[in-house]
Amino acid sequence: MRTATILPFLVVLGLGALSARGQDQIKVGEFASMTGGNASFGQSSHKGTALAVDELNAAGGVLGKQIDLTTEDDRSTAGEPSTIVHKLISEDGVIAVLGEVASSKSLEAAPICQENHIPMISPASTNAKVTQVGDYIFRVCFIDPFQGKVMAKFALSKGWTKVALLTDVKEDYSVGLAQAFQESFTAGGGTIVKVQEYSTGDKDFRAQLTSIKAAHPDAIFVPGYYAEVALIARQARQFGIKAPFLGGDGWVGESLLKVAGHALDGSFFSNHYSQDDPSPVIQQFVKTYQDKYGEKPDAMAALGYDSAEILADAIKRAGTTSEPQLRDAIAATKDFKGVTGDITLDADRNAEKAAVILTIANGGFQFVQRASP
Amino acid sequence: MIEFVQQLINGLSLGAVYALIALGYTMVYGVLRFINFAHGDVFMIGAFAGLYLAPYVMWLWHFSPLLTVVYMLLLLVIAYALLRHPWIALLLAVGLYRGLVALAPPIAKLQDNFPAPSWLGMFVVLATAMVVCAILGVLIEKLAYRPLRNRPRLTVLITAIGVSLFLENFGQYAFGVDPQSFPDLIGDQAINLPAWCGPFTDLTIMESQVLVFAVTIFLLIALRFIVTKTRLGTAMRALSANPVATSLMGVNNDTIISFTFGLGSALAGAAGILISIQQPSVDPLMGLQPGIKAFVAAVLGGIGNIPGAALGGLLLGIIETLVVGYSDELHISPGYRDAIAFLLLILILLFKPTGLLGRVEREKV
Repeated sequence: MRTATILPFLVVLGLGALSARGQDQIKVGEFASMTGGNASFGQSSHKGTALAVDELNAAGGVLGKQIDLTTEDDRSTAGEPSTIVHKLISEDGVIAVLGEVASSKSLEAAPICQENHIPMISPASTNAKVTQVGDYIFRVCFIDPFQGKVMAKFALSKGWTKVALLTDVKEDYSVGLAQAFQESFTAGGGTIVKVQEYSTGDKDFRAQLTSIKAAHPDAIFVPGYYAEVALIARQARQFGIKAPFLGGDGWVGESLLKVAGHALDGSFFSNHYSQDDPSPVIQQFVKTYQDKYGEKPDAMAALGYDSAEILADAIKRAGTTSEPQLRDAIAATKDFKGVTGDITLDADRNAEKAAVILTIANGGFQFVQRASP
Repeated sequence: MIEFVQQLINGLSLGAVYALIALGYTMVYGVLRFINFAHGDVFMIGAFAGLYLAPYVMWLWHFSPLLTVVYMLLLLVIAYALLRHPWIALLLAVGLYRGLVALAPPIAKLQDNFPAPSWLGMFVVLATAMVVCAILGVLIEKLAYRPLRNRPRLTVLITAIGVSLFLENFGQYAFGVDPQSFPDLIGDQAINLPAWCGPFTDLTIMESQVLVFAVTIFLLIALRFIVTKTRLGTAMRALSANPVATSLMGVNNDTIISFTFGLGSALAGAAGILISIQQPSVDPLMGLQPGIKAFVAAVLGGIGNIPGAALGGLLLGIIETLVVGYSDELHISPGYRDAIAFLLLILILLFKPTGLLGRVEREKV
């Protein structure tokens, strides 16, 4: 935040001198929800991005130039992203834009970046439409259907061949994950023994669970958000349903385990990254992040970090910040060793990389394995 | 067969939740001919009152049952003062809260070792939430609805929506948006059915489900009694028929209307606690969906009619549960649950506009 307010000031102060000095800096823009409803996501991804920029600058910068990160707050409000991304491009003259976590915000900014031929890298927008805006729009996270496939493979590898689905019909996210799961799972020889649905805000799931119980599934796939998942698990255990639950990154929320108690013990879900992953790249990142901010990085911070690192890597490979060389270099990213996995950008500019599967035990999340596409 | 009976029980339990909230809706409508859209949000405040006060109250109950009796008496005094002097009642309530907090060990200690579950303790928490909500209801009426009493009914209706939005957003600001875990006040367990039930011993019935059902039936009878047999109830019905005549007869209309709102809000508070025990997750928007469903239940049964609200709630719960439970056999997606419930509402209103138990009222020309 402080950089964001001081930087324009500095720019005005040294306008004359800067025209020469500006050549020594690479200007990168970032837009994030620093305040408002999505602030916890925005703050995390910004901290990750800022950490990456600090590290790059401390190591001598990129192409011998320091990276100058300008961060703007879209206040979690629709309409703001287009205003501030316009500002970043036309007033600040950034060469690339990093952001946002929420897909709806990224979708607002993407057409502007595309029009101006400024590469945009979203850290965590998982909606498939985001990168379909144009060839200048990238992301470093996987997309929604991918998680469904990963969990289907995981269930089959565990020998669970009869699975029941419990989908939140009000969320595209949940429906998309369930479809992808069903396709891969049945293609791999599994059977969906029951399909049940609920709506966001429901608190009573006894009707669905009674009918699921009668189908005797080996596991239950619930690709919903944490608020409902916690109550579903509790009520399922009351009915004596012992089958484990499976889910996606929507499970991650502060209240999940507080509400669910021990009901989710032994269940599994997919996520972008795990801070318990023993890989040295991750442990190094967790340590430096903790030294700087005094807290452990979550998935958003890791993705924010990777978005900045991938941009820096592309600039190095391109040897320039001018277009279309930089865009082509980002698109050619292959096997980049990121914190959230080995990242390769595919023809649709989406990240191809492994997800992590976590389990719930002893009142916390535990790393199980990496799962490749 | 077992599965069908289980689904019926699920439906009755869900229906009891709707019925419990619908009772408050329908009672206020019956007296004032006014739909209090903020009812669902008062329900939410009741749940949060339970969440924050339960550690103290449960501790007090374990610490000294005698002091708890004194506490209950003080609650009664506050409830009585509320009728004529709501501000004094509010002051007393704040004082009582301060006293309770001063007496109890630090809250951090209480939350780490939450006092052991207890049924009697739960009823004290219930009484506390009812008084909190009654104060809130009376103040809402005094501040938001009373100044508009002689305005067109639509004005008050829109104000009620405003009050509802205010409470929801105030809740998000004060309590945070994330759901919070509601403490298990009674040590909720599945009931072990005796062996003579035969195959039905496999049924799952939670104690909390029976509790919600029993309290709904009890309140249904109690409300019926208050409205038809007591002097206050007679005044309520008279006021509903002709407010000018009642004031000429020496009835204080303001007091009666205050009482109606206080009672309706206390019912919402009770529902907040009982339902949160059964579904232990509370958040500031939790009143939204049950509020709408309870409203539908009240209309279904005939709005203004107290047994009608209970019947409407139970019917709605059973229909929703059966649609979801037998979606495969019926060849419809379980996602159509709400659509079917509302379709039923439209059909009933088409063929019986007054609802199932509603009586036709002729407007005099």
